[in-house]
Amino acid sequence: MAEMDTSSGGGHKKGPGVKKSKKMSTRVDLTPMVDLGFLLITFFVFTTTMSTPTAMAMNEPKDDPNNQLKVKNSGAMTLLLGKDDQVYYYYGELSPTDASNQFKSSNFKDIRQLILDKKKATPIGDLMYIIKSDKEATFKNAIDILDEMAISAVPPGHYAEVDMSETEAQLIQMTEQANGIK
Amino acid sequence: MPKVKLPRKSTAVDMTAMCDVAFLLLSFFILATKTKPPEAVAVMTPSSVSTKIAKEEAILVTLTKEGKVYLMLGDKAKKEAILEDINTTKALGLTPTELSKLKKMEFIGMPFNKIKSMLQLSEPMEPKRMEGIPIGDSTKNELNDWIGSVVRSYRGESMENLNLLVKGDNAAKYPAFKFVKESFKKNDIFKFKIVTNPEGVPLNSELALNPPGGPAPAAEK
Repeated sequence: MAEMDTSSGGGHKKGPGVKKSKKMSTRVDLTPMVDLGFLLITFFVFTTTMSTPTAMAMNEPKDDPNNQLKVKNSGAMTLLLGKDDQVYYYYGELSPTDASNQFKSSNFKDIRQLILDKKKATPIGDLMYIIKSDKEATFKNAIDILDEMAISAVPPGHYAEVDMSETEAQLIQMTEQANGIK
Repeated sequence: MPKVKLPRKSTAVDMTAMCDVAFLLLSFFILATKTKPPEAVAVMTPSSVSTKIAKEEAILVTLTKEGKVYLMLGDKAKKEAILEDINTTKALGLTPTELSKLKKMEFIGMPFNKIKSMLQLSEPMEPKRMEGIPIGDSTKNELNDWIGSVVRSYRGESMENLNLLVKGDNAAKYPAFKFVKESFKKNDIFKFKIVTNPEGVPLNSELALNPPGGPAPAAEK
């Protein structure tokens, strides 16, 4: 019978020079996994605390025509909220002759310093901020300005929201046109 | 002198325990987080430095970007009484089945004269497609009547129990908010709350330097 020769050709014996396959350790480096775990934890911690809504308390005064609050001219600062996140302001009362000079424009970034300056320059008993919102102002503006009062620690009762007068609305319109705010 | 031979130790630390802790914490946070239900009416609230947490059970007035007003009666114990009250006072003519249908709706946002026809639809109307409660000057302001019914349902209790919230969108116009405030004032409610996003107190501001409830300023001598 014919025999196949299997000893030569492709097959080769394990000789003394060939290494035995090493037993691999079952330990895995867990460092990247720990990194990932803590990354996810930080992510979840941050996202959860951010989304709980808070509540801002509002206290409205009772409308009583017989019991109008008198405000000292020297202590009053009127803040007017206009279109496009603009804030306008004037001190005291608008005089019919010099209104355009008294009336100044600002924005939400700068108004904090102005509020603070007024607070520091005025005895606390006289201090009064009058907030008036234009029909083009947004809800965000109305809340932001109240928040500014809280940030500058204006005590409650020293700021009030009042309806805007016709003259002021016109002045805002004129300033907006002059400043090119649409 | 013979040298003391210190055995060289490997710097690799076993990370298994740390990994366990990390994933334990992770699973805790995932499970403990309340998933926010998808909002039927999208509202982006403004932010404020207030730190009080808004309560869930509240009478919530929602003001959207488009100026629509919705009412949510979150106080389940009072919801039925409020809806029955509005049904009789405004003569809506709702049948008991229609009332229970209305009670199941989360958002109320239709003018009085369209509530009945809305409830007769086979499928509940999506809040987005509702018209909103009409607001405007005195007589047109239907929110007045709604708030009136809410106040009546709390009669005999302390008004502290009435948790009235306003949730408005950043881009909502001021007059809409003014009408909402007026409808509260008409019903002798002068205290309410506004839902906002928390925001950090700016550094070096008066509030940051003298936090309320912190050390009181030195008393005068």
